[in-house]
Amino acid sequence: MSRKAGPSRLEHALRPWRRANRMARWLVIAGTVITLVFAVLAVFADQIAPYGQDQYRYEVAGAPVDDDGDPVLESIPRRAEPGAGFPFGTTSARFDVFSRIVHGARVAFGVVVLSTVVAMGIGVPLGLISGYRGGRVDRLLVLVMDAVYVFPPLLLAIIAAFVLKEYLDPGLPSAAVAVGAVYIPQYFRVIRNHTLSVKQEPFVEAARSLGAPPRTILGRYVFFNVVQSVPVIFTLNAADAVLTLAGLGFLGYGVPYPQAEWGLDVSRAISDVVSGFWWTAFFPGLAITLLVTGLTLVGEGLNDIVNPLLRVRGYTGKVPARKEPTAEATRESDDEDITDLAKTGVV
Amino acid sequence: MLGRLALAPVFLFIILTTLFVLLRVLPGDPVTAALAGRLSPAQIEERRQASGLDEPIYVQYLDYLTGVVRGDFGNAVTDPRAVTEIVLDLFPATFELTVFAMVLAVTLGVVLGAFGARHRDDPLDVGGRMFGILVYAAPVFWTGILAQLVFANRLNLLPTGNRIGARVPIGDLEITGFYLVDAVLRTNGEFFVDALTHLILPGITLGLVISGVFIRIVRVNMLQTLRADYVESARARGVGDSRVLFRHAFKNALVPVVTIMGLQFALLLGGAILTETTFSWPGLGSALVDFLNRRDYAAVQGIVTFFAVLVVIVSLLIDFVNGLVDPRVRY
Repeated sequence: MSRKAGPSRLEHALRPWRRANRMARWLVIAGTVITLVFAVLAVFADQIAPYGQDQYRYEVAGAPVDDDGDPVLESIPRRAEPGAGFPFGTTSARFDVFSRIVHGARVAFGVVVLSTVVAMGIGVPLGLISGYRGGRVDRLLVLVMDAVYVFPPLLLAIIAAFVLKEYLDPGLPSAAVAVGAVYIPQYFRVIRNHTLSVKQEPFVEAARSLGAPPRTILGRYVFFNVVQSVPVIFTLNAADAVLTLAGLGFLGYGVPYPQAEWGLDVSRAISDVVSGFWWTAFFPGLAITLLVTGLTLVGEGLNDIVNPLLRVRGYTGKVPARKEPTAEATRESDDEDITDLAKTGVV
Repeated sequence: MLGRLALAPVFLFIILTTLFVLLRVLPGDPVTAALAGRLSPAQIEERRQASGLDEPIYVQYLDYLTGVVRGDFGNAVTDPRAVTEIVLDLFPATFELTVFAMVLAVTLGVVLGAFGARHRDDPLDVGGRMFGILVYAAPVFWTGILAQLVFANRLNLLPTGNRIGARVPIGDLEITGFYLVDAVLRTNGEFFVDALTHLILPGITLGLVISGVFIRIVRVNMLQTLRADYVESARARGVGDSRVLFRHAFKNALVPVVTIMGLQFALLLGGAILTETTFSWPGLGSALVDFLNRRDYAAVQGIVTFFAVLVVIVSLLIDFVNGLVDPRVRY
């Protein structure tokens, strides 16, 4: 199984995509489209949003001029219903809900990217070292990471944000660090397990016997092989990270108001809902749901395509790399993979 | 099994140490952080000494660890009760909510997941999967607010929050703190209905979120199991379709679900914090948020410690159950 030649491996990897029926492929494509739409909103937020995220007055063409020669600004109406001019309505603070959603996309993507950098920056090197060195270092790191892993993710993010609040001004970077802390163990685990199997490969042995120092072996040979599993973890975690950020924002531990963040906007709209203004809570929540759905569909699709290959390459390192894994062992590692992904909520 | 058993305290030790370090590197000690500006410096000093905060840090650390072993989670600063008392008072509410949600999630997950696997790639299967993804993707607080808007504000069918109506004299009726159980014990129908109507919205909201994961896990496992040799051989022997599904495949497909339940428990606790806040459900999650906002580190540390103990115990239990259900799992 693990010794097959290149082309058949590729074939093996692409089989799920080709086998998937039209509906399943359509879901993956839909996910990509949704994600791209939000990505465009995030990148071109300033061009797309008609108003600033905390803008409550606007200039009208041909408006009268005040004593200083500045045009008199028109106020954005308070709690305007969705309609012309304000497609998603306005809030009680006269903010345009649509503009806040567009700017919120920027915060969401910013946090996803930055938190991934944090999680990878810590998880990947530790995983490489742990997997390659083995021994006591490995055992200790695995224990610590597993302990972090069993801990409720949102709770971990809340505590991280709570502690960070004392040191960093609340904002996108501190929210990203809080969210990123949650995903360190996942990068660590996958990279460590992958390293364990890659280090058995002949080319690593060859490098070692040629006298290459561990740093070269890790940096030049192991890293580029192992790094392939990163995009899969990323797509699976990204959806979860958006939800974690929203949860933090809802509890007031994300970015500070009046910065636009969807979870924060929903929490500020609770009182509106009670008095019948549904749109201030509805649209930001819908944005979260759509983006998470999009990312999940992409992650699920990618996972289907790449995972069979990942699984064959030895999941725990318990299965000796040279031996044909028994059906039993493969089954168990499959199960473990599933439980792993279940933690991120994506299978 | 022994290995796992030995790991549990190690996990706990690591989590508690991390928590202690994290919360103690915060500027100011717990008493000062929570009460500065509200009490005179002399009073604060008195409170600090009373809580042992003038002791060297390693003494505090050891006190904390030995306290946890004895079931003592420390004292809150902004609440006269000890954390253990707070936990005993509020945990039944959280437990009742999470159990309701878990039962709903597992039921939905097993039914929709197995159905989806049986009718793979039918529109119904795709619909089930989409449902699973959507309920997971919708943030629990948003679903909760929409549910309140529709079922409480517009239709006026269910209460928006809290555990019990004002008309029920809960002080006299409470026995275990689990209101549904108490209502049955008291054979008080009105109490039961009132508690249930309060539980429905938050319970369903939380349950739906978690169900998404179960639907997908059950579906994937069922698909894998249906491809297994013994299923094929059963088919070859001419065993009927539904019999294969329910007698042969079903039980095996459910084994991983037990494992997932353990992992979901951690997610469930996170979801419970948000759900309780949304529905002003007087549980441990909303209490934690209150203490966080009051900067009461001591209470935060105590409650989070309790959550950590709980998570570790549950993961241990799940391992045991897994060993019972699946003879292949041996430690």
